[in-house]
Amino acid sequence: RNEQIPLQHDGSSRLNPAPGCKAPRWFHWPPADGTGAGWEQVCRFQDPKPADLSMEEESDTRKINNSFLRDHNYATEADIISTVEFNSTGELLATGDKGGRVVVFQREQESKTQPHRRGEYNVYSTFQSHEPEFDYLKSLEIEEKINKIKWLPQQNAAYFLLSTNDKTVKLWKISERDKRPEGYNLKDEDGRIRDPSTITSLRVPVLQPMDLMVEATARRIFSNAHTYHINSISVNSDLQTFISTDDLRVNLWNLEITDRSFNIVDIKPANMEELTEVITSAEFHPQQCHTFAYSSSKGSIRLCDMRLAALCDKHCKYFEEPEDPATRSFFSEIISSISDVKFSHNGRYLMTRDYLTVKVWDLQMENKPVETYQVHDYLRGKLCSLYENDCIFDKFECVWNGSDSVIMTGSYNNFFRMFDRNTKRDVTLEASRENSKPRAILKPRKVCVGGKRRKDEISVDSLDFSKKILHTTWHPYENIIAVAATNNLYIFQDKVN
Amino acid sequence: SSQQHQEAVHHCASSRCGEDSHGKLYKNDTETQLYSLKMYSIIHIFYNTIYDEDEVLLALAEQLGNFTMLVGGPEYVHCLLPPLESLATVEETVVRDKAVESLRKISQEHSPVDLEVHFEPLVKRLASGDWFTSRTSACGLFSVCYPRVSSTVKAEIRQHFRTLCSDDTPMVRRAAASKLGEFAKVLEPEYVKSDIISLFTALASDEQDSVRLLAVEACVSIATLLPQEDLETLVMPTLRQAAEDKSWRVRYMVADKFSELQKAVGSEITKNDLVPAFQNLLKDCEAEVRAAAANKVKEFCENLPEDNREQIIMTHILPCVKELVSDTNQHVKSALASVIMGLSTILGKDNTIEHLLPLFLAQLKDECPEVRLNIISNLDCVNEVIGIRQLSQSLLPAIVELAEDAKWRVRLAIIEYMPLLAGQLGVEFFDEKLNTLCMAWLIDHVYAIREAATCNLMKLVEKFGAEWAQNTIVPKVLGMANDPNYLHRMTTLFCINALSEACGQEITTKQMLPVVLKMSNDQVANVRFNVAKSLQKIGPVLDSNALQTEVKPVLEKLATDSDMDVKYFAQEAISGMFDFLLSTKLLNFNSLNFIFLLFFLCSFGPSITIPNQRLQDGICHGTLSNQTLKVIACLSQLHTFTSSAASSFVLCGKNTK
Repeated sequence: RNEQIPLQHDGSSRLNPAPGCKAPRWFHWPPADGTGAGWEQVCRFQDPKPADLSMEEESDTRKINNSFLRDHNYATEADIISTVEFNSTGELLATGDKGGRVVVFQREQESKTQPHRRGEYNVYSTFQSHEPEFDYLKSLEIEEKINKIKWLPQQNAAYFLLSTNDKTVKLWKISERDKRPEGYNLKDEDGRIRDPSTITSLRVPVLQPMDLMVEATARRIFSNAHTYHINSISVNSDLQTFISTDDLRVNLWNLEITDRSFNIVDIKPANMEELTEVITSAEFHPQQCHTFAYSSSKGSIRLCDMRLAALCDKHCKYFEEPEDPATRSFFSEIISSISDVKFSHNGRYLMTRDYLTVKVWDLQMENKPVETYQVHDYLRGKLCSLYENDCIFDKFECVWNGSDSVIMTGSYNNFFRMFDRNTKRDVTLEASRENSKPRAILKPRKVCVGGKRRKDEISVDSLDFSKKILHTTWHPYENIIAVAATNNLYIFQDKVN
Repeated sequence: SSQQHQEAVHHCASSRCGEDSHGKLYKNDTETQLYSLKMYSIIHIFYNTIYDEDEVLLALAEQLGNFTMLVGGPEYVHCLLPPLESLATVEETVVRDKAVESLRKISQEHSPVDLEVHFEPLVKRLASGDWFTSRTSACGLFSVCYPRVSSTVKAEIRQHFRTLCSDDTPMVRRAAASKLGEFAKVLEPEYVKSDIISLFTALASDEQDSVRLLAVEACVSIATLLPQEDLETLVMPTLRQAAEDKSWRVRYMVADKFSELQKAVGSEITKNDLVPAFQNLLKDCEAEVRAAAANKVKEFCENLPEDNREQIIMTHILPCVKELVSDTNQHVKSALASVIMGLSTILGKDNTIEHLLPLFLAQLKDECPEVRLNIISNLDCVNEVIGIRQLSQSLLPAIVELAEDAKWRVRLAIIEYMPLLAGQLGVEFFDEKLNTLCMAWLIDHVYAIREAATCNLMKLVEKFGAEWAQNTIVPKVLGMANDPNYLHRMTTLFCINALSEACGQEITTKQMLPVVLKMSNDQVANVRFNVAKSLQKIGPVLDSNALQTEVKPVLEKLATDSDMDVKYFAQEAISGMFDFLLSTKLLNFNSLNFIFLLFFLCSFGPSITIPNQRLQDGICHGTLSNQTLKVIACLSQLHTFTSSAASSFVLCGKNTK
């Protein structure tokens, strides 16, 4: 019965935003009335960077890049996507990779003639955000891998984002330029310096239109504040500060001040041998500027109120589910480690992802989650081999949809999961090249748990653990999702009839 | 004046835009206007070319504020508005702030008509801009144009300000909150009550901590604008709420602005409201707040109404202060220690001895060195009231402990207070208790401490005089010249460098010089080249006879030392000494001295190069007597010879003879 989960969407114009309407409209997924057709792929980018950008297009006017035909399994380490994030309007989508590059995609303008193209994104800007470095004092290499990207709400015609590797957070400005000055006095049109003796009169340069150029410039570099590896960054709702979190500390920065940050959480014990847990992720509350939450490797979440004290070592709420002694095993602690924590858009819930489940916590209830969703419970029996191949330490992220009614998170074999909180229905989808024909509807996947394998089912043993979906993001108020699968970025949207 | 403006314009135009003026004066307004337009396009192009260079934009934003004369004077100042408007919308805060500052400046140069025609629309555009950057900039402009526009426009401005106070983005609300006080000052009193108070109340209960804390600042200026009888109903509820805000940052702000608030609300409210509020802040659960409040203790007490000041302090403030003395946080304690001594002048001798003295003594024994240092550095206040003798018994152990602190920065800090302490304690007490400490620092293992210790000795000698130095310090310092550790021997030299001037010629020549000269035979090269440096340093104090007969041979010897550095510094010393002689003694132009000098110099032989220019300078600045004219003859030869071979130089010496 589960094979036929309807993944539908009501495509009626009633729900589409009226032209010029800026206010977000909340879509429910899947819609209750059972019309619509499901999720379709709109774009796929392999190793998203301009040199070998590949993108599937039904239109013949676009060239299909050869690199698309490359062996799917081949990906250099640097091309692996390490983070993906929509901005606050959903107009832009940023990815970061292990090579320290950031690629920004821009949504194509909706056109009346080709209404089906509404979810398409094109490369807007690519830049090298971080370079590999070497810490000479500690003899440590600092990877260029982008750990997280966070967009700042748009404040003028330019866009701003924060990107971080293990040690350094950078504030980038992405801006457009379509005019350039011409008629300089001291140099000619080709930029050569003119012989001063030939300059007999002064002229005022004029601005001439030119091809649109998108520039990315690093405006601030927040460095030298983290001894351990930064795992997350989060911008405060006061739009003045942000936090950066490493394994043991949380630092608070002012976006305009780079030479000073305040340590607000420090869980480093005086003796490192007494260390029992590390911070895995932290996030600010979406509305309350003084509240933030951080998760730990022991499966707990602490909520801190910055109003109470300058140092937030003492939490004001502590969310933890008591462990069930019946299921206790050698792996219990490892799989209970929280890899991601996210506030819901309305600020009422917290979602956490551990190795096997996604949990939703009500901020008012600390002793147990209000909802628990099994992501891939069939792996419970395989923990031993997952431990041996290190997969058990994979850090999956989780996201809310715009209306907080659906949550999405990744799994292995290029599968990703969605859970509808209202109807309690769930679905497994696959981001893969095989079914990545443009406009193809994604077929729900099913992993066979018992002995007998039915048609269309995949047995647990044949899952490919090297293909994992760790990073996903959901458009802030539409049903468009971006899924990073190794070196591929897939963008799906709900099908409009 | 209009003519003058045009000339100014013309002048600038011809120097900057040659092709525009061709030397002609501007005849009429059209030309000036044309020129203004050109100017504008230059600015525009400039702005667009370098739009990503913050520092250039910052300079541009600043300079445009001074451009009034360059664009044709106040009549045309409005053509500066477009570039400043776009600068006021950039995302870089410093640039925006500077643009607003320039806009505020040139707003004063607008005529009332221009202000309404050009400036006020700009403010409105900024205030209703799409992006928060322009709206924040608008907040700073309301107050400059409000007083000079018609009443209808005034109403519009008030409306705009109201809108911005409830803007969606916290940045704009912050900007509005920070300008609220300033805007209130230019408003008519009736609008302060009707408009500002409601905005103030709203901002002070904003959901964002960062907005609420700025409202505290506004509170000060609003309170000064309102009559005393309205304060209780209009301002105090908000202020009380802020003092008990859930966020420590807001309470910190209240503590930080407490003296200003106290002055603004007057003595009656201070007595009834602020005293309990201040007590609470001193007992706050957040250390940052307690530290900020502790910093204000003295100022707060000083500003209390005199009639029952002592009673309020004794019954309300002092108990809190007593608790803070044993606070768990060292920043709180050191903040308190930096002001607590000031209370003694307010409370008088008896209260100080009875109540404050135990606190001082407790703080002098505090485990945190910063606290002890802060007490010691403020001893002068107590000295005035009760005399330092009361403290000296406890002071001494505290000083000794700090002097031997494991952290060298702490030792450094206490050394810096030594001259002050010496002055207050007097020479006898000092000799008895502290002299040994000062000498011990000279052999500290940290250079910075030894350096500070020598400097300290110099200051002590300046205070206690040369005779004291001769009896107590100099023998000990000179004794160190025989120390087996070369670092200590060098310290002797550093001390001599520092002390020679303060001790005067006699001590320097008779006692110090022989030691220095003896050390020129030291086996460590570092000591030898420091001898050369010292000789150069003390040279000015010595008489010329000693220079000639004692210093010269030693320097000559060092100049032929096997060590390269010693050689270098010896030569430096020789030419340095020459420089000195030339600049001081020679300018008095006793020609006989000059000839001696030449002898002196020539006797160094080829080992130095004489800076010809300095010689000539020396001549030119002197009064030329007959004798000196003869010398010039020698000099002209010298001039030739110095630039040629060394043998000629010696020859020159003979000629001079």
